[in-house]
Amino acid sequence: MNRTSRTTRSNFRIRYWLLASSLLMTLGTSNTLWAQSPNPSDWASVVQKAHDQALYFYTWGGDQQTNDYLVWVAQRVAEEYSIRMTHVRLSDTADAVSRILAEKQAGNTDRGAVDLLWLNGENFANLKNNDLLFGPWAEQLPNFALVNADANPGVRVDFTVPVDGYESPWLRAHLVFYYDSAYVDSPPANVAALLAWARQYPGEFTYPRPPDFLGTTFLKQALLELTDDPDPLYRPVNESNFSTITAPLWGFLDALHPLLLRQGRTFPANGPELRRLVADGEIALAFSFNPTEAVNSVIRNELPESVRTHVPDRGALANVSFVGIPLNASHKAAAMVTANFLLSVPAQLRAQDPQHLGGTPVIDVGTLSPAEQAQFAASRQSHPAAPPLMTASQPLQEPHPSWIDALEQAWLTRYGSR
Amino acid sequence: MNASRLTLKNIDIRLHGQILLELDTHVEPGAPLTVMGPSGVGKSSLLAYIAGFLSPDFQASGEIYLGERCLNGLPAEQRKVGLLFQDPLLFPHLSVAQNLMFALPSRAPDRARLVEQALQAVGLEKFGHRDPATLSGGQKARVALQRLLLSQPKAVLLDEPFSRLDAHLRQEIRQHVFQTLRDAGLPTILVTHDAQDAAASGGPVIELK
Amino acid sequence: MLRAAPWLMFGLLIMPVLAGLTAIVLPAFGYLPALQQTEPGLMVWRELLNTPGIGRSAALSLSAGLLTPLLSLLLVMLFLASTSGTRWAHAMRRLVAPLLAVPHAAAAFGLAFLIAPSGFALRLLSPELTGWQRPPDLLILNDPLGLAMMLGLVLKEIPFLLLMALAALPQLNPDQRVTMARTLGYRPILAWLWTVAPALYPLLRLPLFAVIAFASATVDVALILGPTLPPPLSVRIIGWFSDPDLNRRLLASAAALLQLAITLSAIGLWIVAEKMIARLYRKLLLGGIRLSGHALLNVAGKSLMVITLGALLLSLLLLVIHAFAGPWRFPANLPGSWTSQHWLSVGSVLLAPLSNTLLLGLMSTVLAVLLVVAALEHESRQGKATTRLLWAIYIPLLVPQVAFLYGLTLLLEQLRWQPGLLLVGFAHSLFVVPYVYLSLAEPYRRLDPRWQQLSATLGASPNRTWWQIKLPMLMAPIATACAVGLAVSIGQYLATLLTGAGRVSTLTTEAVALASGGTRSTIAVWALLQSAVPMLGFVLAITLPRFWWRNRRDMRGQLT
Repeated sequence: MNRTSRTTRSNFRIRYWLLASSLLMTLGTSNTLWAQSPNPSDWASVVQKAHDQALYFYTWGGDQQTNDYLVWVAQRVAEEYSIRMTHVRLSDTADAVSRILAEKQAGNTDRGAVDLLWLNGENFANLKNNDLLFGPWAEQLPNFALVNADANPGVRVDFTVPVDGYESPWLRAHLVFYYDSAYVDSPPANVAALLAWARQYPGEFTYPRPPDFLGTTFLKQALLELTDDPDPLYRPVNESNFSTITAPLWGFLDALHPLLLRQGRTFPANGPELRRLVADGEIALAFSFNPTEAVNSVIRNELPESVRTHVPDRGALANVSFVGIPLNASHKAAAMVTANFLLSVPAQLRAQDPQHLGGTPVIDVGTLSPAEQAQFAASRQSHPAAPPLMTASQPLQEPHPSWIDALEQAWLTRYGSR
Repeated sequence: MNASRLTLKNIDIRLHGQILLELDTHVEPGAPLTVMGPSGVGKSSLLAYIAGFLSPDFQASGEIYLGERCLNGLPAEQRKVGLLFQDPLLFPHLSVAQNLMFALPSRAPDRARLVEQALQAVGLEKFGHRDPATLSGGQKARVALQRLLLSQPKAVLLDEPFSRLDAHLRQEIRQHVFQTLRDAGLPTILVTHDAQDAAASGGPVIELK
Repeated sequence: MLRAAPWLMFGLLIMPVLAGLTAIVLPAFGYLPALQQTEPGLMVWRELLNTPGIGRSAALSLSAGLLTPLLSLLLVMLFLASTSGTRWAHAMRRLVAPLLAVPHAAAAFGLAFLIAPSGFALRLLSPELTGWQRPPDLLILNDPLGLAMMLGLVLKEIPFLLLMALAALPQLNPDQRVTMARTLGYRPILAWLWTVAPALYPLLRLPLFAVIAFASATVDVALILGPTLPPPLSVRIIGWFSDPDLNRRLLASAAALLQLAITLSAIGLWIVAEKMIARLYRKLLLGGIRLSGHALLNVAGKSLMVITLGALLLSLLLLVIHAFAGPWRFPANLPGSWTSQHWLSVGSVLLAPLSNTLLLGLMSTVLAVLLVVAALEHESRQGKATTRLLWAIYIPLLVPQVAFLYGLTLLLEQLRWQPGLLLVGFAHSLFVVPYVYLSLAEPYRRLDPRWQQLSATLGASPNRTWWQIKLPMLMAPIATACAVGLAVSIGQYLATLLTGAGRVSTLTTEAVALASGGTRSTIAVWALLQSAVPMLGFVLAITLPRFWWRNRRDMRGQLT
């Protein structure tokens, strides 16, 4: 592969740029980069190398339950592998991306701040396309077998972008609606039915403003439901037919916005704020990308017990969360060992447990031993607010990541300034 | 104590190019020089120049001798010129005794006894541990004078030190100060606009306009 | 040593700002080789100008930058005029310093809890007066004109300006001026407005410029209370810098330069307005208005201040209530049950952020106080004030943070400095030094020069004088300056995030990270923690000197 020549070229560019901005300093060369990186095929040596290593694990820090879960992960990897893990909580995953970029600009090729990063979709595509990710390594992890990737090809594709072993799956998620049954009798069956529902209940729904990830998810879900031909959505955006393809979406939103909370003059910032609006009784219908968010929130007394969850009947957007290792990460061995631990049965079991994280496992529970299967079955929730199980026909695959930015920009152009 | 005269040679102080004061004289121990004049004629600037902390806003020239020693160029703390201000200015964060102790040169032996004696000399031997804020005006003035003497100055400058005192105290403190300084044999310059101060000093008087 | 202090301070404050700005100039003109952008030109600017709503964003930033200081100044001046010479001023000073300790984000959250459609104010009125069983669909927060955001800013800037004014007033002898004017037949408030205000204003000018810069480029307050469609420019810059599409960083760089231009224009417009108002003011003053409007001014001055500070206090109280609240649905006036659960859940992750916060505060404050005291002592020994330096000190406050911090981060990376406490502490001191200087310069200069002269005539060297006379006498203001420094350090969000590579977590970074996903109660807990530490600092700064000097009567009057 021609990675070496590409690195040299970009080094040359950086050097030139530094000269131009009169910031003269010497740059470390990166020839030793590959020599030092641990080889995931030799797992014993990776574990040995990870011993007593530090690990900086960067994630979005807005969810207390995920944070608590990662406190547990830090304890376990310390006990089992002597890894000193620090969980770095971000207000936005893209902050870490910007950090990695700044390091690349500075020619820092082997002492990066970020060792392991929770990411998917657009962030992954950007990092991968800019050669900022270490890999391939993910499919060599011992626990990757538990994912049963051949039967679950979804874990090899992240928003249509091939993963190619550059990130390791962690959790699954899909879109659900939740509603407060104290205020409305029933939710809309799907996004397309939302318009009629909103006419009946004006001011009872809103969505986070794009480019928030959940807001954009709503746009994608709506577009997938409204379009006659979803195929172009799985290819890179083509400017020539963008407006034709998205026309039904804008027609839908134009009609919907006056029926939203505050008549669509302002939108909540993100999913948690959307949940607060339900908690405050400002709206009666919301949605989440964590199917058990409503259950978890009811258990924590953050949402009233009258809340119920509902899966859209025309299918729900679904995807997988991954963890990736930046090319310049300082502690790659510890990062791989931790990624492997996240896929282990105890870690996935705890992730599913509503007392802890309440997520959906990414490993294929059906391939586990009967005893382990029983454990997973036991921790599955039977709460009134719990969603019904997804059927095989329901998941909608994520469109190509280029649609995210195109939809966001088009939304901002239409509604971002009024 | 080795008494020596204070000589002021061709002193010339200006502010923004305008002459405030010109002086050429000398002061003998025991014969305090009184400089009189209305406010704003530069009396205090004269004292600041002699003591060594005239603001750089002023332009000043002329030589100052204490005995054979030229004071020009020496920092204020090495000039051995003591100064009494309008207010007694006892350091508010120190006790009375600590105020006196501060003035004692560090090499002085048996510092505590010297302080005790200084307090006794003005009848304040019980006041050493007191907060200076609790002293009366007259007591403060006496402590301030004792503090000045403990710093072992070779000359003393008085900047209207009696003007803020009540009338009945003024006479008494004035007597006390002049007597003490005469006994110590220190050349003294008094700046005032009170003719009675000048009369009490018993020395030559210069009037500025 | 001392001689180097002003220059050291100058370098510490100017260099990083200039370097940070330089580092974004090239990307703003389309040059960012790391992203294969190597053809300089104006296309980034064209793209910026074609961004939907960019004009609106810029206008919002500009108007917030002008209206916030104007409103704050009016309220502060009216209040001071109506309370001059009364016990109010003294009581206010006590109240205001701890309020200054409340970080902007915490105050904004509290205000949101108060005025939101589901907030405390409407809960009190509902359902009895309004008949509402559910929150009304009213656009109060995030209004398109930015009124809620400006209100939040005004609430936080008033304590700042008030403290600055109260610190500057004594040197003007306001009582004497007012008495003088009253003997000429002016009612007290008009007497104050005609004789004290014009003299006070020049002393508030630089703090006002800092308010303009802050208000025109605020990020945290705008995120919580500000308009969203579109948001003010600063928020969009942050969004672009952290956009997963890395090429948007070019846009962010150009927008950061635009932000700088907007802040500078706001200051420029202010200076122009100053000239016009000064002329008008003189005309009014010479018009000899003695009596009219006195009662109105009196009531307005006091009541407006009571309302604003009351709103701020109530906001803080709401944070406390939310931090212990169980389920609390509209329209209940108070939570149905109380719980300490929110505090317990924070406990597991509190230690690192808390110790980092304290270490950073200590480090940057000690560095700042040493530098500022050295510079002031140098000045005092020279006998001259260096006014040019004062502008340098304000640079980090006048240049919007978003405009230079990203470039600075880039630069530090290029120097291969490992992100860590030391680096973040250094970044904090960029903002701590100016505020410490602001808080300490006046008391330091006001110390009667005769103490120093007297000490010298008693044979004490300048160093001995400093240690034994000036340091103890200035203990109270130095303690206050330390508390101010600590509060400023604790409030830093962007500087911590960027220079610390996110690895250095503080109470503030945790609070803002959780605010993106937390419940009201979690937010309240973090906001309170974030306020408690600096408040404790202020309490100590006020009580410790009092305790220390309990047997020295004349040392007690001059505190803070």
